[in-house]
Formats: sequence, C-alpha cells, structure tokens
Amino acid sequence: MTTPSDKPPADPAWHGRLAAGLLGLALLWPLLLGSEFKPWTLLDAQSLAAAMRFLASFLPPAHSTEFLRQAAEATWQTVAIATAGMSLALLGAIPMTLLATTRLSLSRVGTNRMGWAAAVLRQLTRWKLVVLRSVPELVWALLFVRIFGLGPAAGVLAIALTYSGMLGKVYAEILESSDGHATATLIANGSGRLGAFLYGMLPEAAAELVSYTIYRWECAIRGSVVMGFVGAGGLGQRMDESLKMLAGDEVCAMLIVFVLLVAAADFVSKMLRGRLA
Amino acid sequence: MNGLATSAAMPPAPRPPWAMLALLLALASLVLASFLSLSLDWEALFTAEAIASAAEFLRSFAPPEMALEFLRRIAVGIAETLSISALGTGIAALLGGMLALPASGRFGVLLRLATRMLLNVLRSVPELVWAAIWLIAAGLGPFAGTLALAAHTTGVLGRLFADALENLPPQAEATLRINGAGPIAAFFYATLPQAAPQMISYVLYRWENNIRVATILGVVGAGGLGQMLKYHLSLFQMQQAASVIIAMLLLVALVDAASFWLRKALA
Amino acid sequence: MSLALHQVSVRHARAASAAALLDIDLKIGPGEQVALIGPSGAGKTTLLHTLACSHMPQTGHYEIFGADPWALSSAARHLLRKRLFLAPQTPPLPAHQRVVTAVLAGRLPQWSLWQALRSLIKPADPRAAFEALARFDLQGKLYERVDRLSGGERQRCGLARLLISRAELLLVDEPLSALDPTLARLTLQTLLQEARARSATLVCSLHQVELARAHFPRLLGLRDGRIVFDARSEEVSDAMLAELYRNARPTPEPEALPAGAPLAGAGLHL
Repeated sequence: MTTPSDKPPADPAWHGRLAAGLLGLALLWPLLLGSEFKPWTLLDAQSLAAAMRFLASFLPPAHSTEFLRQAAEATWQTVAIATAGMSLALLGAIPMTLLATTRLSLSRVGTNRMGWAAAVLRQLTRWKLVVLRSVPELVWALLFVRIFGLGPAAGVLAIALTYSGMLGKVYAEILESSDGHATATLIANGSGRLGAFLYGMLPEAAAELVSYTIYRWECAIRGSVVMGFVGAGGLGQRMDESLKMLAGDEVCAMLIVFVLLVAAADFVSKMLRGRLA
Repeated sequence: MNGLATSAAMPPAPRPPWAMLALLLALASLVLASFLSLSLDWEALFTAEAIASAAEFLRSFAPPEMALEFLRRIAVGIAETLSISALGTGIAALLGGMLALPASGRFGVLLRLATRMLLNVLRSVPELVWAAIWLIAAGLGPFAGTLALAAHTTGVLGRLFADALENLPPQAEATLRINGAGPIAAFFYATLPQAAPQMISYVLYRWENNIRVATILGVVGAGGLGQMLKYHLSLFQMQQAASVIIAMLLLVALVDAASFWLRKALA
Repeated sequence: MSLALHQVSVRHARAASAAALLDIDLKIGPGEQVALIGPSGAGKTTLLHTLACSHMPQTGHYEIFGADPWALSSAARHLLRKRLFLAPQTPPLPAHQRVVTAVLAGRLPQWSLWQALRSLIKPADPRAAFEALARFDLQGKLYERVDRLSGGERQRCGLARLLISRAELLLVDEPLSALDPTLARLTLQTLLQEARARSATLVCSLHQVELARAHFPRLLGLRDGRIVFDARSEEVSDAMLAELYRNARPTPEPEALPAGAPLAGAGLHL
C-alpha cells in the first residue's frame, strides 16, 4: 500500500533520452560546419536574382526544331551508349560467371574438393568481379575521359567495366541458388561443362538472368545520362552544357525528355521481361 | 507399348516462334545500331600507341600520394562527404515525412495525387543532376551537394513513408480521435510510433546509399572526395588522385562492413 | 567390362556418425542384371552413386572399366563417366525445357559443343527421341514442356533419356515409384529389354520386391549400409526378405542422399 509520501519511481527512459538528445545536438554542430551549411546564401541578393532568372527561363521549355533535333540525337546517343556498354559487359561477364560458379566443377564431383588449380582460378575470378564492381562507374568515366577525351567512348567503357562485375556477381548468385539437380545429373553422366550448362543450368535460370539483365540495361541508361555530366556524351553532356550557359529553357526541355526516356525505358523493360522471361 | 512401328506418324514439328524471333532480331539490330552510330574509333583504342599511352597514364598513378599534409586533407574530404550524406539524409527524412502526410491520402485524393507526382519528379532526377542544378543557387562546395541529396532523397523517402503510412491499421489513431484527441496529437501518439521502426530502417538504408553517392557527387563541384578527385585530375596530379580514389574505396568498404555488422547485431 | 568393389566404405560428408555404406564387397560381371532391394535408408542410392563414380569411397577399392577411377585425374575420370548412365529417383529435367530437348540431352557426352548448341535451337534427332518416348508410351508428349507432365510421365521421360544414351553401365534409382502396377511392369520390361539388347550391365534399385524377384536374375539385399545377401533370385526365400525388411517403415521415404543434390556434401563454397 502506498502512502502519499511515497514517490513514484523515476522514469527509466528519461536519462537515456536526455543524453541522446544532447549527443544529437553535439553532433549536429560539426555536421553543419563540415558541410558549409549556409542556407542564408540561398537568399543572398545576387545569387537569388541569378537563381530566379534561371528558374524563370525554364518556361516555356525550348522547342525549336533545331533544338529538338539535337535533343533527339543526344537521347539516341545515351541509349546507344547504354546498349553498347551492356553488350560489352555481357561479353565480359559470361565467361567470368562460368568460371566462378562451382556447379560446373568436374573435379568436385564425388570428392567435394575441387582440384586446387580450379579452386584458385575460381577465387581469382571472384576477386576480379569484386574489384570491377567497387570502383564507382563515374570514377571510371572520369579516368576514361582523361585518356580518350570527351565523348561516348568513355561512357561505353565505364559501363562495360563496372557492369560486367555486377552482372558476373549476380549471374553467379542466380546460378548457385537455382535447382542444381538437372545439371548435376548431366555432369554425373559424362556431359561436358558447357553441355551441362546449356541443357541443365540455363533452362532453370534463364528467366531470372534475362530479367536482371534488362533491369540493369535500364539502370545503364540512367547511369549514362549521369556520366554525361563528366563529359561522356549523350543527353547528360548536352544538359551540362546548357546548365553552364544558364539556358533554363533548354535545361527544362531536357529534363522533360529525361523523365520521358526513363519512363519509356521502364515500359520497354517491363514488356521485354514479360515476353522473354 | 514396346516397339511402335516406325511408320507411325510423329507429331508435327511446332511452328517456329515468329514473334520471339522478331523480338530477338529487333534486339540484335538495336545492339548493332548502337555500336555503329557511336562510331567508336576502335583503332584509336587498340593501336599499340593507344595502349602504350593508356599504360603510361595508369603508371602515373603510382605511388599514391601519402604525405601527411595531404592525408589530412583527405580526412577533411571524408568528413565533408559524411556530413553531406548525414545532413542531406536528415533533411530528406524531415521533408519526406511532412510530404508523406498528404501523399498518404490524409488530406484528400487531389492532394494525394499532386504530392505523389511531386515526389516522383524529385526522385526521378538523379542526384548528380540535382547537384549540377543546385550549384547555380548555392555555388561551388558541399552545400550544393547537401541540397542535391536532400532533394532526391526526399522524393525516395517521401514515397516510402507514404506507402508505410497507408498500410497501417487505422484503429489506434481512430480510437484516440473518437475519444476527443486532436488530429496532430493522435498522429504523434498512435500513427507515428507504429510506423517509426519501418521508417527508421528506410532512413538508415538510404543514408548508407547516400554515403556512396556523396563520395562522387563532388565531381561536378559539390564538395567532398569527389570534388577533390576532379580537382586533382584536372591538374593532372595523378598521384594525389590515386590517393583520393583509394580513400573512396576504403570509405565505401567500411560503410558496407559497418552496415553488415550492424544488421547482424540487430537481427 | 565389370565392376568390383572391395571392402568399400562410404561416409556422407555431413553425417555425424553412421557410415552410409560399410565393408561392401561386390563383383558384377558384364551384361549382368542386378536388382538392389532393402528398406529405406539402407544405402541403395549411395551405392548407385558410388558405382557411378559420384561418391568417393572412404576406404576400400573400386574398379570400373578395368581402372581405379579415383586414382585417375579428374579429366580422365570424367571420360569414364561417358560410358555410364545414372538415372536418379527425382527426374533431373528442367521445368521449362521441352521434352524433346530434355530427352536428347542424353547424347551430350557424345556431342561437341557446336552440336549441343544447334540441338538447343533445332533438335538434332527428334525421331530418336520420339522412338525412345514411344517405348514408354509417351510419344504424344514430344514437344510438350516438362512442367506440363505428370510425375509418372516425368519419371518415364527420364528413362527415355537413358534409352538415347550410349552407356554400357546403367544405374537406375527407383524408376517405378510414381507408376501404377501395370505401367510399372511394362516400364521395367522395357528397361530390361534395352539392357539385354546393348549387352549393358544394369543395376536397378527397387521397392517393388515381387517385381524384382520376377524379373531380375540376381538380387542384392542392403540394410543399414551393409550387404545382407547377394544371391540368384530363385535362391531368395520369403524368410530372407522378411528378415531384410524386419521393422522397416511401411511407406518408402527418400533416402539419406537427397535426390536434389546427389553430388553435394560439405562442399566448398567459394
């Protein structure tokens, strides 16, 4: 029984909340400093005037025939960069996938130990895939622009390198996680590695492989627009030029084109995945 | 059953799949057209001189710059990158949370549609493009990067939050309202606590992603390691550039490891 | 060519204690037809996989086609595999593949890569597949997809692949489990006919003991990983069979070596 002089127990969460709040505030200050967070500069008279002028010039979006022709060309170039890059990435990824997967190992049958040479080769391939994946594609694009100059070649190679790492890794994962019974039996009955792959692994995994490849192609289109901003051609490079000239009407038009392009790629991707997978 | 006479008719071979063949042909022509229209100068890429100059270029990266003064600047760059990502994600969480309210239908269908369209536009534009745009208003430097991340991530988080709010069971909040609580209080006492774990998980996941994005956002001038990389590359200071790239890779690897470890600890 | 197992023991990599096969001594001459019987978990599937060079013996010595396969290099061992055919209990057919392609895959050991690729696009020898399927009364399913077949049809489809192959050693694991009694008898007769026509050695594990007794000249009884008896079918008495299946569960269950991963174990995952 409680008497009026008994006090209720103290709130166990209060101290923690207080400490967390103070810690958050303490961390906020260096964050604001470190990122030069100065929202008042947005309101600075000069930059505000420049920004307002720029925004005002957005409408109406540029629509001269000449400009639209250039925009269409740049859009096609973006799609071409993405497609060419993906094709090269596929060429690179497929052999790496075949090397990296353990399901096609002949020496592993029955012993559960791969021959050491085969094991080393597989591990090296996996490491190579990791390296290709880790460097951001934009960094590759920057480097390639330095080597090969401005233009689509840098974009194609950047996509080819990074995406071959990505495709190789995911393909290997898809193959490893699919039903291996058909493949294992073909190998047990003396079929070669490629035969077992074509007749056992591919039919099981084809739908997922195709679906992921098409999804990556869609990502490549967006990626190639982004890479254009460092000089790798396409719609991105054109947009960068217009931005530097503060030509708001062109920027607005190209943003619209970009959103339409992404939507179209999304539609094509869904349609293809429905048909092929 | 055994030994069917070989003169028995085989079922007719199926018709060739014309639609599929046409589709494959279209894809092949797309690939061919891509390569042809880009008129990539293959010879320029693979001549002995080109390979030699590329090799020369790559060799100029080694050894990466390790002077203490430079490493200090890299550390500042890393801190800048982390600040950009943290602030940008934080702002996006707040703005996204606010926009999620109309986007989940609380204020009517029209507002829901309009807000969702806005969120879609925000997240369709890639972060780098946002950065290039914000540079005009905010000038060179990490501030533009923060705003760019905030803009894009607001779209992403706003949509995720709105979906989470829409899928919540409404009884807890409705009961509070029935018993006389105001709408805002009811939201904070019933809806938000229910949705919070999901929302926090989304924010953390986006923060992890945004660190990777912030690392390279700077190549257009928006601060952090990216801006350092662009700066040194444009001056052909390859060894410094190499150090920056290594720092980028290490940062991303650390973030990956930390989040993996964190997930394991919490699961 | 003959098979000889001498004091062979086989242990599954993951299993803690019991060996799957213990002290197996077995000789099978060329062209013999042997039925493998025994309760569930006896080690029949493991024995078939060991004979197929799919499972390395822990102890003992295995000789096939006049050589010790585990003393050879991995590549040479793989060449041996072309001469045998293992038909697992679960039909190893990919769900989205067409029957004609699945059956013709039995020729892969003989095909070059180019032939294999061509047959994927246009089946190289649909006539042969048709005739093989016809012997199991499946000829109407030639261009169907595997996942449209019933369980029993898929099982017979897997056996049609055996007919297409050119193996001299046929190792068949429970080919009749999804078939009704009439179909089971007819399927078994087709298998035996084929083995005799090729002068191939046939080792077949069965749960249908009466069918085994009626059709196979030699019966091998397995229990708990050991050979309980190895005799001509006339000499196998009801008492021996009762002893073999004593205390066994009434319904057969899949054995310790999962059909889905006949070559799995504590495999290296690199």
